[in-house]
Amino acid sequence: MLEITDLHVYYGGIHAIKGISMKVEEGRIISLIGANGAGKSTTLRTICGLKEATKGSIKYEDAELTKLDTSEIVKRGITMVPEGRRIFPNLTTYENLVAGAYLRKDKEEMRKDLEYIYGLFPVLKERETQRAGTLSGGEQQMLAIGRALMSKPKLLLFDEPSLGLAPVLVKEVFQMIRRIHNDGVTILLVEQNAYEALKLCDYGYVLETGSIVLQGTGKELLEDERVKKAYLGG
Amino acid sequence: MGWSLFMQHLVNAISLGFVFGLVAVGYALVYGVVKLVNFAHGDVFMMAAYFMFYASVLFGFPWLAAVIFGVVMTALLGVGIEKVAYRPLRKYPRINSLVSSIGMSFLLQNFAVVVFGGIQRSFPVPEMMRKTIILGEVRIQAVSIYTIVFSILMVLLLTFILQKTKIGLAMRILSTDFDTARLMGINVDNTISFTFALGSALAAVSAVFYALRYPQIFPFMGQYPGSRAFIAAVVGGIGSIKGALIGGFLLGMLTVLLPAAFPEYSGYREALIFALLVIVLVFKPNGLFGQEAGEKA
Repeated sequence: MLEITDLHVYYGGIHAIKGISMKVEEGRIISLIGANGAGKSTTLRTICGLKEATKGSIKYEDAELTKLDTSEIVKRGITMVPEGRRIFPNLTTYENLVAGAYLRKDKEEMRKDLEYIYGLFPVLKERETQRAGTLSGGEQQMLAIGRALMSKPKLLLFDEPSLGLAPVLVKEVFQMIRRIHNDGVTILLVEQNAYEALKLCDYGYVLETGSIVLQGTGKELLEDERVKKAYLGG
Repeated sequence: MGWSLFMQHLVNAISLGFVFGLVAVGYALVYGVVKLVNFAHGDVFMMAAYFMFYASVLFGFPWLAAVIFGVVMTALLGVGIEKVAYRPLRKYPRINSLVSSIGMSFLLQNFAVVVFGGIQRSFPVPEMMRKTIILGEVRIQAVSIYTIVFSILMVLLLTFILQKTKIGLAMRILSTDFDTARLMGINVDNTISFTFALGSALAAVSAVFYALRYPQIFPFMGQYPGSRAFIAAVVGGIGSIKGALIGGFLLGMLTVLLPAAFPEYSGYREALIFALLVIVLVFKPNGLFGQEAGEKA
């Protein structure tokens, strides 16, 4: 579905991504783990077209994403739940969800998707007319996920969805990702919480200072001594 | 001051308040979306008056057609200014665009001096705008009533666009976060162009009513209402539409009512107005309706 080949990304003079290659197959959950500053978020931002690639290719279905604008990429069925949620605080909960469907014109289908999202997160329905800035951290994360789902993505990228959430909410977010995946969405997950991410995923990649140093199924990586030592506190 | 005289001043003050308010909304719209104080806005206002003047006097357009032509041309001018003077600087620190907007202001003024000439021209005032309405002892200029009515229509239209249309939603989203707006599939460049078109069109509408009040137009005519409206936008809380309107209103009121109430001090009008504005900002540093949520959350 998505194939990254020899991708290089620079931030000014800093070589942030140094030639990574990875694959996301349809119907899978793929995790990308690594420490702060390893280049995880940069990888996701480059897939979405928010950051320009210097070299390499990102193939998605028949399209070369490095040549497309973000709106074109979203139109093709990729979107991201950004780090730090990034909801629109001055808009209502409902308006935030409508914003997620900005490119869609199928009103009937949109209404169904809205019902689906309210089914996943009943609290969003309760907060429908409330300004999103007044929601709690957990509710804002649900809203950010709901907003992304409103674009009807085939591939959904998550950037640190558990960051800054209470442990009980972290569990809930990972359950929700599993549920969304079961409903037919392919997932690429970036996480610092390596244990939860590897438990959830089919296949994982470990990123260190811009390069992929390890890869394998979630189970393999969980049992790998190097992963245990560096990321699982063991 | 008698009751009838007070009513006359009041209507006059409200209509001037709307003129300042609509110009101030232009500052607020642009600031809200791109966080830029567009110092060329007052000169866009001036250009609007000239577009209408030439359409009417040189090309012989009927008055209303000249006004519509002027509004459209001004909107296009606003879009063009953003394209050449601000867009290329968007990825650099904001101060660069600010300096660019000051340069654009000088450019427009001097362009007008060279091309339109430095002498004052008479803005065409149609017969229906010259009338005076007499209600008992109260005499009201027809143009004041038209100004108020059309300004209210503009505010309603603007509110509708911002609250009920897709492009309005895009504008409100851009005011918080460009990258996340892109993730929604919003075309950032087009939305910013539309914002400038809308702000400039509002400036053009207020230029019509300003020129009907003071029918002598000249290349520097945008400075006074432009700086007034900028102050109005700051007092109201820069970036807030409601604040800009109310700030404009306040300024219009003070400009007319202060000298009317205290004619002996009318020479101190500017000083009195600015003293009041300083007091407002001392107690409300973000302006009357400024909110911290306007910053990045």
